[in-house]
Amino acid sequence: MTPSGVRWADHPAAVALAGRHRLRAWEPIPWVLALAFYFVFPKYLGFGTELLITILFAISLDLVLGYAGIVTLGQAAFFGAGAYTVGMLAKRGIWNEPITGLVLAALVAAAVGLGSGLVLLRTGGLTLLMLTLCTMALLEEAANLAHEYTGGFDGLDSLPIAPLFGVFEFNPLYPKTQYLYVVAVLFVCFVFVRTLVYSPFGQSLTGIRENTLRMHAVGAPVRGRLVLCYTLSAAIAGVAGGIWAQANAYVNLGTLGLDRAATVLIILVLGGYGRLYGAFVGAVAYVALSHFLSKIYPTAWQLGLGLLLVVIALFARNGILGIIEAAARRLRPPRAAS
Amino acid sequence: MTVPLLETRALCRNFGALAAARDVDFRLEAGARHALIGPNGAGKTTFINLLTGVIPPTSGAILMKGREITKVGQAQRVKLGIARTFQINRLFRRLSVLENVYIAVAERVGAAPSMFRPAGARGDVVEEAMQLLATLKLTADAGRRISELPYGRQRLVELAIALGLRPQILLLDEPAAGVPSAESHIILDAIDSLPRDIGVLIIDHDMDLVFRFAERITVMVSGAVFATGSPREIGADENVRAVYLGRAGHG
Repeated sequence: MTPSGVRWADHPAAVALAGRHRLRAWEPIPWVLALAFYFVFPKYLGFGTELLITILFAISLDLVLGYAGIVTLGQAAFFGAGAYTVGMLAKRGIWNEPITGLVLAALVAAAVGLGSGLVLLRTGGLTLLMLTLCTMALLEEAANLAHEYTGGFDGLDSLPIAPLFGVFEFNPLYPKTQYLYVVAVLFVCFVFVRTLVYSPFGQSLTGIRENTLRMHAVGAPVRGRLVLCYTLSAAIAGVAGGIWAQANAYVNLGTLGLDRAATVLIILVLGGYGRLYGAFVGAVAYVALSHFLSKIYPTAWQLGLGLLLVVIALFARNGILGIIEAAARRLRPPRAAS
Repeated sequence: MTVPLLETRALCRNFGALAAARDVDFRLEAGARHALIGPNGAGKTTFINLLTGVIPPTSGAILMKGREITKVGQAQRVKLGIARTFQINRLFRRLSVLENVYIAVAERVGAAPSMFRPAGARGDVVEEAMQLLATLKLTADAGRRISELPYGRQRLVELAIALGLRPQILLLDEPAAGVPSAESHIILDAIDSLPRDIGVLIIDHDMDLVFRFAERITVMVSGAVFATGSPREIGADENVRAVYLGRAGHG
């Protein structure tokens, strides 16, 4: 029935699958903007650093939530694990080199992710959600109680972080080094996640998200894949936490708090999850909105944010990027069926 | 007597007080075209769930080619060559038809754990998935999302995913249910053109399909095997007519 000589690789669907990982024309834009920010707003580099770290953290959440469909409220557990790894090692004078410090932060956070994931990912739905929350709360309380090591409620400040490459100082008042360092780390982590989600492994994660039962029926080791994904995501969150501690030269209980975990979830929902760039769009939108709303309604600005989330949840489940995608589909003529 | 491809011995499964499978002794021979019929609630789907390891049996044994696999997990049984389709579509709804089949083929050939190459770089997997879609006349829909397809076409994808696993044993749970009659021949043709050495077990209520396809029929009633025989024997069996086939005449 197949005319001989037809190569299926030429079919539009096969071409689409083979080419979906290729760089699209607009993809350099966030990086150009991030670098432009450095030159245009030298006074706001502290703010920019914070924003980029939030994006990195949101990307780690997108991997588990958007791609693998693991619903979690406890992602800050790994952010905090990374932050405290950097903080405690530096404060005690054990280790303060920034890049290897991030590797250690990633390893510790990954270990926490692996350990908790092996237990948590046996469950699903609401149980899983609550258990992720519990894990984070346990870590936060542990950090609170072990104040001899963690500084307890006060946290650890004035962390002596060594200069980057032994040359570039981390100056808290004029965070040029921090900003560029964070841009570079974000880029590396982003490339890693982007490669991952377009790989066969990433495809199998979306399969688990779309239909777990069917993934079992095609012989996929579902739990193993989920635990691996959870661990990798934890490592990236750990890097985000570690770099946050380095950039600010302090670490406190807030790094492990529900506030941080919830904010990053809101950012992802706002931007659009399972889309790689939702983290970027969501973080910028969130910061812009909170700034704008808190100017108009200094006392009740979070109400406006809440209302917007309700609207997004009801009418735009795929967030801002989803709206843009839908608009782009309308503008483009429909693809001809082959 | 040869060793059957798949065999169950005194297989039981209770859901509380309900015995969904009662002492089921069943043999699926190599190259079999076997149908499992029975009234609703007879335990047919439960039986498939037991065979594929979705649920463990309360007692009894399952053997594949004489080797006991009762305790073998679901994913591992797929690797051994047991594949199934679902009575109700279980597809990756927001992914394209091609991606759906890709996932199954990638899993079979061991490409799925690969993290650092793009999925499309596995040309062999894409190629095989496209071939499969062609045999099921799904080529034109390869790029469409499952959620955009009519139900009947989705049933074909359901079959394509199972075939992508290149099973030795194929368990089809009402493959043609919900498929418009104009398209059901595609499913039948696909089943007819399967390699002869695959053992196929089909559940269906459509007696035309069952009697056209099956060389052997097992009738299940209330979780137990009621009768087994050739289509001619089953068709002539008065007791079977009474409990099951007779109903077709009434409604």
